[in-house]
Amino acid sequence: MTDKTGRLFEGADWDFHTLQRIHDACEDVAKKELGLDVYPNQIEVITAEQMLDAYSSVGMPLFYKHWSFGKHFAFHEASYRKGLMGLAYEIVINSSPCISYLMEENTATMQTLVIAHAAFGHNHFFKNNYLFKQWTDADGILDYLDFAKNYVSHCEERYGRVEVERTLDAAHALMSHGIDRYPGKKKLDLRVEEKRAGRRRQHEEEVFNDLWRTVPKGAAKSRSVLSIERRRKLLGLPQENLLYFLEKSAPRLAPWQRELLRIVRHIAQYFYPQSQTKVMNEGTATYVHYRIMSALHKQGRITDGNFLEFLQSHTNVVFQPEFDDPRFSGFNPYALGFAMMQDIERIATNPEAEDREWFPDIAGKGDPMGVLRDVWANYRDESFIGQFLSPKLMRHLRMFHLHDDPEERAGIRVDAIHDERGFRRVRRELARQHDVGFIDANIEVVDVDLSGDRRLILHHHVIKGSQLNETDAKRVLQHLADLWTYDVSLIEVDANDKVLREYVVSPRPIPAAA
Amino acid sequence: MAHIIDRRLNPGGKSLENRQRFLRRAKSLVQGAVKKTSQERDIKDVLEGGEVTIPLDGMHEPRFRREGGTRDMVLPGNKKFIEGDYLQRSGQGSAKDSGPGEGDSEDAFRFVLSRDEFVDLFLDDLELPDLAKRKIAQTESEGIQRAGYTTSGSPANISVSRTVKLALARRIALRRPRKDEMDELEARIAECTDEDERAALVTELEMLKAKSKRIPFIDPLDIRYRRFETVPKPVAQAVMFCLMDVSGSMSEHMKDLAKRFYMLLYVFLKRRYKHVEIVFIRHTDRAEEVDEQTFFYGPASGGTLVSSALQAMHEIVRERFNPTDWNIYAAQASDGDNSYSDGELAGMLLTEKILPVCQFFAYLEVGESGGSAFDLSDSSLWTLYERLRNSGAPLSMRKVSERSEIFPVFHDLFQRRENQEKAAP
Repeated sequence: MTDKTGRLFEGADWDFHTLQRIHDACEDVAKKELGLDVYPNQIEVITAEQMLDAYSSVGMPLFYKHWSFGKHFAFHEASYRKGLMGLAYEIVINSSPCISYLMEENTATMQTLVIAHAAFGHNHFFKNNYLFKQWTDADGILDYLDFAKNYVSHCEERYGRVEVERTLDAAHALMSHGIDRYPGKKKLDLRVEEKRAGRRRQHEEEVFNDLWRTVPKGAAKSRSVLSIERRRKLLGLPQENLLYFLEKSAPRLAPWQRELLRIVRHIAQYFYPQSQTKVMNEGTATYVHYRIMSALHKQGRITDGNFLEFLQSHTNVVFQPEFDDPRFSGFNPYALGFAMMQDIERIATNPEAEDREWFPDIAGKGDPMGVLRDVWANYRDESFIGQFLSPKLMRHLRMFHLHDDPEERAGIRVDAIHDERGFRRVRRELARQHDVGFIDANIEVVDVDLSGDRRLILHHHVIKGSQLNETDAKRVLQHLADLWTYDVSLIEVDANDKVLREYVVSPRPIPAAA
Repeated sequence: MAHIIDRRLNPGGKSLENRQRFLRRAKSLVQGAVKKTSQERDIKDVLEGGEVTIPLDGMHEPRFRREGGTRDMVLPGNKKFIEGDYLQRSGQGSAKDSGPGEGDSEDAFRFVLSRDEFVDLFLDDLELPDLAKRKIAQTESEGIQRAGYTTSGSPANISVSRTVKLALARRIALRRPRKDEMDELEARIAECTDEDERAALVTELEMLKAKSKRIPFIDPLDIRYRRFETVPKPVAQAVMFCLMDVSGSMSEHMKDLAKRFYMLLYVFLKRRYKHVEIVFIRHTDRAEEVDEQTFFYGPASGGTLVSSALQAMHEIVRERFNPTDWNIYAAQASDGDNSYSDGELAGMLLTEKILPVCQFFAYLEVGESGGSAFDLSDSSLWTLYERLRNSGAPLSMRKVSERSEIFPVFHDLFQRRENQEKAAP
């Protein structure tokens, strides 16, 4: 071991002792200076090919087999091979211990950056943000994925690969609508899930399906007995979690199919917080690595040369092209998150009059880390931007708000710019852009025509005239109908309940094997 | 305390199975892509494998996506706009094209197939019969070849001449006394009268005898063994003659059919032989040897004399492809139009010069797509060849008017040939 003042490494080479030293040095800064609270770290060194592997199975170390992962692998590999795409420096998994993958090609400086970024920045965020606490089970996820993998391959053996693939394809198509958006009964405990899976399957094989118990029997001549309200209540309608609804109520699914839907639903739910916290998560990790690297440089543990190498990568990561730049593709979550967190630090320590007016709670409060830790724990992208985007930063990034109404002949209207009149509107709009509840189509099951042909009726509540892409919608509905095994109709309605269009899809005949 | 783990040695290729599943699922798409790629390629490049492009859309995973309607967006980098300005929807200054949330369209993507994957898919599509696959397996046999000498080996392989040669060199170098030298000395001893001189001579003789014992006639060091090496023995070479009628009556469709047939034949031969040459001969009323590009795409027109092509082929064989060294294949494609007066000559050339040296001669009569009239009457060439075949000439002939018929015809031709071989050993 080198002494306290010694360098962590010289040049670009590293070995496993170096990594250990780097980790310990980062940990020192993270805990003492930044006060971070992290899961135990597990750092794994992998090759480029393994990185590609991990990419294609949504970053998970073990996953069930499915062709779409092969498609992504072929796609990533081809673009990587052609040099169109660099590989990410790291992949980090929200689990306990928190697993970070490092690529072997990275230089020692890059490994330091990655450890600071992933093993401390992301790790702290995973452990402390309320969404992750509420929705994910870091202790259980790896075991659950292992269970899922085995379960899927077990089903393939037993029921045939084609059948399993058909069910998984359908489940994947509905994945973004397999999420509970509001916390219900209790926290997800994947270990218990896994244990209960077997018992549940057995139970479901024995028990009569709830849904059909509600079908009016012969005696119920008066259809009004089962009022619409009551029926909908029995079915738990309206229900926006389509996978959950199918799993519980689809009449003709085999128990193993229900279990597959459940697996896909759990995984979708596990990733749900990540999609709501992209700006914050990356911002946190970037802010943390910047602080740690600067501290290490100040301590003299990395050389000026290494620090310059770090700054080069860092500026690449937080680069935000302007809207008319050919490289522009929306806001860069790293750049926005990092800039906002630095801004919060500034407001807490060195506020201007404007900041005191906008942020009375934190302006001049001192203790920027305390403020940031609180922010990291209690916000998601939408509320974070809605609360903490400062006029200074809006001016700095020269943000402006465009309103594009296709009816408007004159063109796209500049609705607000970075001035006194516009700050709040710009901020509100940017926050809305990061609200997944707003981005995803709002689709829910509203009714089942029980007395008729058992048609499943869904509504899409159209917002701002934005309807579903027709080709995709038909394909997804086809999958949905195949699972439901009766007709499915999707009605697009606007805010005034006016029907804009209706899709009706019938299930494809099930081959004899099923 | 962190765990640091080296995973680099973990078995890679975790995605292999997923990739295979993907390929299996995308098979028809990939096959289409392979077919398309092979259309664009030259005959010789067909076997190279390589990159194919398939539309990602074909493997699309649908999701509910919203599109259209009014859109709001916040962008960075305002230059000069103020509230209430209007931006043109297209052209300079418009943010529409680069606005976020444009919907994620997926492009076609390319990926690399290995040579084998490529040919498999190419042939798989054509359902190359087992018959052919068995042949593919035996492309090469091993032969034994002398490869100099070695100091170790089995007694059976001792090379006497090389050993003696080395021994002689050693004997000369070490000055081993020669036999005549010693004989002469002995003679001198016998004649010698002087006692002292005699004793000196005897000592000298003793010394020479001792020396010749120390330096043996043949030393183990001299022994050399013949060395043998196994070398892949190239299976005899093959040459494929593509004869095509390019007279005005041959349409692009007909040429395309011919090209496909040649391509199949080439792939087939390439799998069977190590060296396959292709000779392209096109003819109108006169024939010339041309490169592939000219063969298929060069403009040429004129009357038709089939015999000119046969004559050209015959000459090329005589000059460059000795039938004892080469397996000669020929495929002739024509719409069957030939001038009546030429029939005699063509028939003579075929039966006397060409067929005797050919392994296989296929005649492919190509017709317009959907050519039902095609079957009505036999063309002059067809009639001629049929007559030859009936009199026992080993000719295979087929009519093709649709792309989809190419493979079955090909298959058929090769099966027939197999039977003929058995029939006439």
